[in-house]
Amino acid sequence: MISWSVIDTWIIIVGVLSAVGCALPGAYLLLRRQSMMGDAISHSVLPGIAGAYLIMGNREPLTLFLGAIVIGIVTTVLIRLVKHGGKIEDGAAMGVVFTALFALGLVMIRRAADHVDLDPDCVLYGAIELTFLDTVPFLGMDVPRAALLTGGMLLANVLFLGLLYKELKLSSFDPGLSDALGYSSRFLHHLLMVAIAATMVASFEAVGSILVIAMLIVPPACAYLLCNRLLPMLLVSAGFAAASAVLGHLSAIALPPVLGYEDTSTAGMMALAAGVLFGGVFFLSPKSGVLAQSWRRVRLGAQLLSEEVLGVLYRRQEAPGVSARPVLAPEELRRGAQGRTVEWLAGRRLVRQGYVRPVPGGFELTEPGLHEARRLIRAHRLWETWLVEEMNLRPDHVHGPASRLESVTGEAMEEELARETGAPAMDPHARRIPPAEKH
Amino acid sequence: METRTDRPTTRPAVPEHRPAPASPAGTDHSPNAPISIHDVTVAYDRKPVLWDVDLDVPEGRLVGLIGPNGAGKSTLLKAILGLVPVISGRVAIYGKPLSKQRKLLGYVPQRESVDWDFPVTVRDVVQMGLYGQVGWFRRLRREHVRRADEALERVGMTDLADRQISQLSGGQQQRVFLARALAQDAQIYLMDEPFAGVDSATEKSIVALLHDLRNAGRTVVCVHHDLQTVAAYFDYVILLNMRVVTHGATADVYTEENLRKTYGGQLTLLSSAATALAQRH
Repeated sequence: MISWSVIDTWIIIVGVLSAVGCALPGAYLLLRRQSMMGDAISHSVLPGIAGAYLIMGNREPLTLFLGAIVIGIVTTVLIRLVKHGGKIEDGAAMGVVFTALFALGLVMIRRAADHVDLDPDCVLYGAIELTFLDTVPFLGMDVPRAALLTGGMLLANVLFLGLLYKELKLSSFDPGLSDALGYSSRFLHHLLMVAIAATMVASFEAVGSILVIAMLIVPPACAYLLCNRLLPMLLVSAGFAAASAVLGHLSAIALPPVLGYEDTSTAGMMALAAGVLFGGVFFLSPKSGVLAQSWRRVRLGAQLLSEEVLGVLYRRQEAPGVSARPVLAPEELRRGAQGRTVEWLAGRRLVRQGYVRPVPGGFELTEPGLHEARRLIRAHRLWETWLVEEMNLRPDHVHGPASRLESVTGEAMEEELARETGAPAMDPHARRIPPAEKH
Repeated sequence: METRTDRPTTRPAVPEHRPAPASPAGTDHSPNAPISIHDVTVAYDRKPVLWDVDLDVPEGRLVGLIGPNGAGKSTLLKAILGLVPVISGRVAIYGKPLSKQRKLLGYVPQRESVDWDFPVTVRDVVQMGLYGQVGWFRRLRREHVRRADEALERVGMTDLADRQISQLSGGQQQRVFLARALAQDAQIYLMDEPFAGVDSATEKSIVALLHDLRNAGRTVVCVHHDLQTVAAYFDYVILLNMRVVTHGATADVYTEENLRKTYGGQLTLLSSAATALAQRH
């Protein structure tokens, strides 16, 4: 049985606030194809915090925020300088800058360790489980400092992204036009980086830099797979971020007993939950999900196969001296199908449409099936004629294209085809083109 | 990092001597010209791309900007728009600096310059053209939304207004960009290869639109590649290969000899164009 306490409530509140606060600016990183920039800033922000700490001697939000602003600008400018001065690509420039700054930050923390309680472990993994220990009075109640900090960060991000919604949209999509219209894309880029640095700093204590990177990128990546417009994408990102935080903490409570562990990291579980959600979207998204795509492939395969079946049965029937209705053996269907699913689906489709009926030894055409087959064969042979006459293809090269074209040929197109080819009686292979039926 | 365009960094090793900017001995610049380019030099890294470009673009013309690959055609458009720093010289729009005249300029960048998977609809993109008219922090007003929809109507894309841009064909993408510029209702349009990768029907309709713009007194400058259509599309040409080879009314300066000068070693490209020209003259 899960035991719930006020501590869990605060953990979830802090988790949701920081996750949503990260996901919103993170969406812009993803869209600008600068996701690695989140990684870079999350590391390089360390000397900013440590420096602000050493100089100001406290860790008030304002101190940390100042450190973040400075380091955000320094990182962005340094990366640009290294990139252009060294003529290397973005990723390499980021790699050079953030590792150097991170190392510098670690040294500074070591140096400061005697005076202050900054802990490298805490910076990396966070201490969301302990946030309730450090409370401040707020509106008459004791609220964890981390909740205020992450809440303030979320609010600031909503304000920032709301006020500059149009500017950030434009400069992310088309920096050239943005500059041409007087919205400096470089300035906006710097603003976004500063916002991300500040976001990082505010989230560090609670969730650590590893989770921050996950929250910057993974929820927006989920939303990107699902959304066609920017505002919905931002909202859906926020939704995924919140869901990751909640699911993460629930599984951090529920899983260890099941798996036989003593304890697990809540922040880690939140990142894992985000990853699992992404996996789900990746497979299940109706637009671009792997499942949807393979389903579309199977369905298309079944459609083509069932048309092929009709064609084969029709051709057998028109062969000279055949009077009985020809039968298609199940093995033949299997041979034509790419996989059992396609075979099953094609068979089901044909029976459901009433084009074939099962008889001993296989399937035979029904009356509607015969009509449909005649229509398809007519379209097929008209296309073959057209391809030979109009496109100057060789007669032995037109079967493939005609087979693909026949299945998309509607009534109007068929009439047009007949008109352009002069409605011949025979196709290029000297087979009879069935006459048009009364529709 | 911050944009997807190349950015010049250092000054190139160009010779020091240069004619005094806007000297009376150079081009006589008119203060009324839509675009006045005064001795502009632009360089990426240490390699000059444009060298001492000095000309006035006349008003109400449909101007073809012609030259081989790497001649600096796109860079010249970007220099006019202030998107690349010029290392010397200046550009004036109707006699005033660009910063005061941004609203007069409409820009159609190359299609590949943006990410067509971006989560925006056709209408969103067209509305972006109007962002320059409302200023920082402000939102578009109803009037702007209406103008964007009218621009969509003009390029025949109304039916696709709510489509995500990733679902468009090349020709449709180009028309979206065109609509975005039309929505700006600019005096001067700068277009970077508006015909690249579009089908012939779209090309025809774009040409008709450009002629409409010109007939309405707008100045249109297009980077153009197809030498065979230059004479039919444009009434003024600028032949560019790092420097301006020549510029003037198409009938006067679009000659085989000038093309030869512009394209230098790439004469094989010209054989077809030369034939086409010979037939026309």
